[in-house]
Amino acid sequence: MSESVPGPAPEVFAPHEAPVSPPQASEEVEFVQLLTPEGERVEHPDYRFDLDDETIKGFYRDMVLVRRIDTEATALQRQGELGLWASLLGQEAAQIGSGRALNKKDMVFPTYREHGVAFCQGVNPLNLLGLFRGVDQGAWDPKDNNFHLYTIVIGAQTLHATGYAMGQQRDHAIGDAENGEATIAYFGDGASSQGDVNEAFIWASVFNAPVVFFCQNNQWAISEPIDRQTRIPLYQRAAGFGFPGVRVDGNDVLATYAVTQQALKRAREGSGPTLIEAYTYRMGAHTTSDDPTKYRLNEDLEHWKLKDPIERVHAYLSRHAAVDHDFFDEVEAEGDKIAAELRAGCLALPDPVLSDFFQNVYVDETPQLAEQRDQFIAYAASFEGEG
Amino acid sequence: MTKITLGKAINAGLRAAMEKDPKVLVMGEDIGKLGGVFRVTEGLQKDFGEDRVIDTPLAESGIIGTAVGLALRGYRPVCEIQFDGFVFPAYDQIISQVAKMHYRSMGKIRMPIVIRIPYGGGIGAVEHHSESPETLFAHVPGLKVISCGDPVDAYWMIQQAIESDDPIVFFEPKRRYHEKAELDEATPPTLPLHKAKVVREGTDATLLCYGPMVKTCLQAAEAAVEDGRNLEVIDLRTIAPFDLATIFASVKKTRRAVVVHEAPYSFGPGSEIAARVTEECFYHLEAPVLRVTGYDTPYPPSRMEDDYLPDLDRVLDGVDRVMGY
Repeated sequence: MSESVPGPAPEVFAPHEAPVSPPQASEEVEFVQLLTPEGERVEHPDYRFDLDDETIKGFYRDMVLVRRIDTEATALQRQGELGLWASLLGQEAAQIGSGRALNKKDMVFPTYREHGVAFCQGVNPLNLLGLFRGVDQGAWDPKDNNFHLYTIVIGAQTLHATGYAMGQQRDHAIGDAENGEATIAYFGDGASSQGDVNEAFIWASVFNAPVVFFCQNNQWAISEPIDRQTRIPLYQRAAGFGFPGVRVDGNDVLATYAVTQQALKRAREGSGPTLIEAYTYRMGAHTTSDDPTKYRLNEDLEHWKLKDPIERVHAYLSRHAAVDHDFFDEVEAEGDKIAAELRAGCLALPDPVLSDFFQNVYVDETPQLAEQRDQFIAYAASFEGEG
Repeated sequence: MTKITLGKAINAGLRAAMEKDPKVLVMGEDIGKLGGVFRVTEGLQKDFGEDRVIDTPLAESGIIGTAVGLALRGYRPVCEIQFDGFVFPAYDQIISQVAKMHYRSMGKIRMPIVIRIPYGGGIGAVEHHSESPETLFAHVPGLKVISCGDPVDAYWMIQQAIESDDPIVFFEPKRRYHEKAELDEATPPTLPLHKAKVVREGTDATLLCYGPMVKTCLQAAEAAVEDGRNLEVIDLRTIAPFDLATIFASVKKTRRAVVVHEAPYSFGPGSEIAARVTEECFYHLEAPVLRVTGYDTPYPPSRMEDDYLPDLDRVLDGVDRVMGY
């Protein structure tokens, strides 16, 4: 069983014991899995995936497109068109599975790596690039797609999500599994050490807020492995806060969908928060500025390649759903088209000018700031006509 | 007209704002049944319910962080930080999230959050209960910082702050919570939120102050009459942004200025005023702008706070020095 509910405290490690190593890639990790890395469907006593193969084809398409977008963004960074990129490589199933479980009225609070969830919510991928190209700081309207701005300060958004969920409570938007609203907060294994995340757990628990905490445990917080963040599996922490925690195979899009959907349903019904630990692996670097060869073994990477989230769905669809090459080719072609559009859109993003960025510091601008803007404009104008 | 204390005036202002707008929420530690450690929110939970007057867990970052989420949902949270020295666990949420959200979203998100902080010394408290950290917020683009000096302003300014679509840090002079004044709730305020107020007209020098120092400076100005000096006193009311027009007009008239605050001397609000007055009023000045402030030490043990805090004598000493040029 990999679900924990409020009840007896989990085993406590005595201080004299040696730190417990995190589960290694080669070890068996207990989690909810519905599709094996080989592409075979398996049963789980608590979670089922009941949707048809067309839905699974849709998940496949989502994951391939998102990986293609991610690859293009990485290439744009390498060519100097983006200052930085945070790749989601390897985490496609965790993001598409959870993202596709959301209802239209649910609200998402992402980190800066949730490109797949953004895609599910209908956010134009080009909007994601502005922050990394340095032309804006996100600047999409969260209301357009129920997708809040990317948050870079680690874990801060979990409190925003909890507060938003408390607003849903106060608006009487919960209590109905079909029409109710929920909020989902994304964060990583590193963020689980942040005070804000732990405060968010407490607040969500005592106010019974309709929020799902979705932790993508990708095993690495830049260079720090999971055993620098925790001595127990992260999902077990939920028990100490008084709500259920569940670990899911984060590379299994079917299981991630099923587990997230159940947690969202629970939130919408008014039964409170759930912690989901999506057990996955950051296949790429932390960001394009990072060099993982300095701190992790290539054999781990090779091992996780065998658990690839897309390959297993490809295998399932080919073997058990009679999906032929045409479909896979079409998806690939669609990815290339989106990538080309993304590239063209990125290169066409207008360069911002500082005089525009005195706006929106305040709703009601201060006289001091207006004065500084005017001074800047006059100063900049003094160079006009110079070679 | 009712005679009302500054603390009760804030209570009445909160009540008026909550009656006017159902989206206004009040949240903080011990603010519900207890009514806050200073009783400023007394009775609000009884009348508006636990969903609108929220006793929070003891976690300041949680208070501000969840207020951000509530604001995103369309609410107007008024957060109480129990004491000045306890705001720092929330500093990241205030600086990195609340202050920047409007800017980062290029105007699409608004953060109509008020952060109420009882501040300043003079009550014989233990450490972390007497600080004046206003500069640490005034320096941050995206925040507005205000402080009330009397019960009438307290009543109106808290309502104006709640109506503001910009996030506001509202510093309440805790040692003046029991000061009384006549309040006419039917007469709307004459000043907008970010305007200073000339509380005593004078000709010889200008005392610039806010919060708890307004009363101190008014007393000093009365005492200075015996020395034949007619001092102007300005209650700044707004620290970020300063109402520079009112400051400049006064200093151009009196040609001398002393800034008075409890916050430490260096990099304090007085430093900014001195710089701006020097830039704008250079040829009018008869003396440099002086500052009478707390010292650049941590807030001292309370048995010594009378020596640390600017009082009537130190303000008059500052006036002597500024008149000596």
